[in-house]
Amino acid sequence: MSIDPSTAARVAKLARIKVEDDALPALAAEFNTILGFIEQLNEVDVEGVEPMTSVTPQRLKRRADVVTDGSQQKAVLKNSPDAREGFFAVPKVME
Amino acid sequence: MTDLNTLGLAEARDALRAGSTTSKELTEACLKAIEGAGALNAFVHHTPEIATNQAAAADARIKAGDAPAMCGLPIGIKDLFCTKGVPSQAGSRILEGFLPEYESTVSGNLLDSGAVMLGKLNMDEFAMGSSNETSVYGNVINPWKVDDRDLTPGGSSGGSAAAVAADLCLAATGTDTGGSIRQPAAFTGTVGIKPTYGRCSRWGVVAFASSLDQAGPMTKSVRDAAIMLETMCGYDPKDSTSADLAVPNFEAVMTGDIRGKKIGLPKEYRMDGMPEEIEKLWANGADMLRDAGAEIVDISLPHTKYALPAYYVIAPAEASSNLARYDGVRYGHRAELDEGDGITEMYEKTRAEGFGPEVQRRVMIGTYVLSAGFYDAYYNRARRVRTLIKKDFEDVFAAGVDAILTPATPTSAFGLGEMTDVDPVQMYLNDVFTVTVNMAGLPGISVPAGLDSKGLPMGLQLIGRPWEEGDLLSSAYALEKAVGFVAKPTKWW
Repeated sequence: MSIDPSTAARVAKLARIKVEDDALPALAAEFNTILGFIEQLNEVDVEGVEPMTSVTPQRLKRRADVVTDGSQQKAVLKNSPDAREGFFAVPKVME
Repeated sequence: MTDLNTLGLAEARDALRAGSTTSKELTEACLKAIEGAGALNAFVHHTPEIATNQAAAADARIKAGDAPAMCGLPIGIKDLFCTKGVPSQAGSRILEGFLPEYESTVSGNLLDSGAVMLGKLNMDEFAMGSSNETSVYGNVINPWKVDDRDLTPGGSSGGSAAAVAADLCLAATGTDTGGSIRQPAAFTGTVGIKPTYGRCSRWGVVAFASSLDQAGPMTKSVRDAAIMLETMCGYDPKDSTSADLAVPNFEAVMTGDIRGKKIGLPKEYRMDGMPEEIEKLWANGADMLRDAGAEIVDISLPHTKYALPAYYVIAPAEASSNLARYDGVRYGHRAELDEGDGITEMYEKTRAEGFGPEVQRRVMIGTYVLSAGFYDAYYNRARRVRTLIKKDFEDVFAAGVDAILTPATPTSAFGLGEMTDVDPVQMYLNDVFTVTVNMAGLPGISVPAGLDSKGLPMGLQLIGRPWEEGDLLSSAYALEKAVGFVAKPTKWW
């Protein structure tokens, strides 16, 4: 699978990382190198093999459905670049 | 008088209990060593006041007779662990200024037991790297030096490895996703163990790849690793992948008696072009274990060569998900915006400014392999291959093998900057021997096994059965005793 600069641009968009237009060809080339390395996975016969979900066989533990945490607004907002009136402030989200 | 910072955990613990030294003295010795070691760039956030206060509290506990094993022992904490009120950046610009409001479970375990935190240690950004060259704080320099080149200490736990090797602390925490404890341990002549996936809690450890990450100790000896690992491990209800299993007294289990044990040598680890020195090191290691009474057997792990490419699908995929949270909203860096910039521009600029090139590369590869149309061809295929990799180990253990001996790294420490111009895959090959262990969730340890012809340390890796860290440490202890590695780097800093 070969990646061209326009695909690289699409991937950057999905990842929400700004990549300048003139950096896209180099990025696409790097992707191609890495994907070229990954190609060899196609040699493996995976017929009938389950994709691994959990590396250590385990059942997810459950607990009673009760509130055990919360009411920590100050701590939650403490590290925000822009916290106002108990909210995280961000630029306009919707038109 | 021995410089107290050159002690190991076991010796220092015994000296504290015997009353022949105090935590205050140990801590002062380490702080002094750190002050003189700026050139290594290992410690990046210094906490001398916190350390001094903790040492005083530890001394009081020791006097009162209530002192767990790690009490009073000065250690370094990798920057990947959230330490309350102390900068925790994961080696990244995107977490500049972040002061956690909570303590990670693992560092909390250590501090609760009375360990003294000297500071935070340098690392590759978001644990993505094998040379500590991707850090926002700059490179770490390996204390081992054999010519005028600055060498890498390995990565991602480069700061931890360098600090332990240079006696800036008695031990340090590291994390290991593809080899980030074991490879730097091998490059610096120190011991590093990654426990079975689930032994150590990942709560409060900045996440890279959630199915692969594990914390572990980096120490001066196998005994020290056993002591520190026991304190770090344990069930944590806040981590749903944490194993609800009792933690044995690893030091007690670690007898070093390996008579009758079966140690496997996997033929697929003999790579094309592997340096003769590494081959010889491996063969010598096998001989030593045989002399100690173990049975050495050839084994096959047929899917070995696919572990690295599968890792470079799965790890970036999980990273792309884990790093989506760094968007400038709730913590860390937020980009300055231009007139008319909306939320998307904020995300895109923040992440472009905050993430270094290697992190951006891996997040985007991960995004690609998870994207519609490619998910099955890449991510699912890699997960199927992972099942086969794990099965290879299960089959070998079922056939009676107790541990597996392999080289830890394909070379000794290389020069900083030597891998910058080659393609990224060349750097990834550093992890070829270690990645399999994370993919299978097994415990693995690197033990210094000799010096190469340049005088640089090389390590051997032992891989154990799930949950049998005690047994693994015992085999490692036998190897360590047989090797008798005493070399230390000559102080140039």
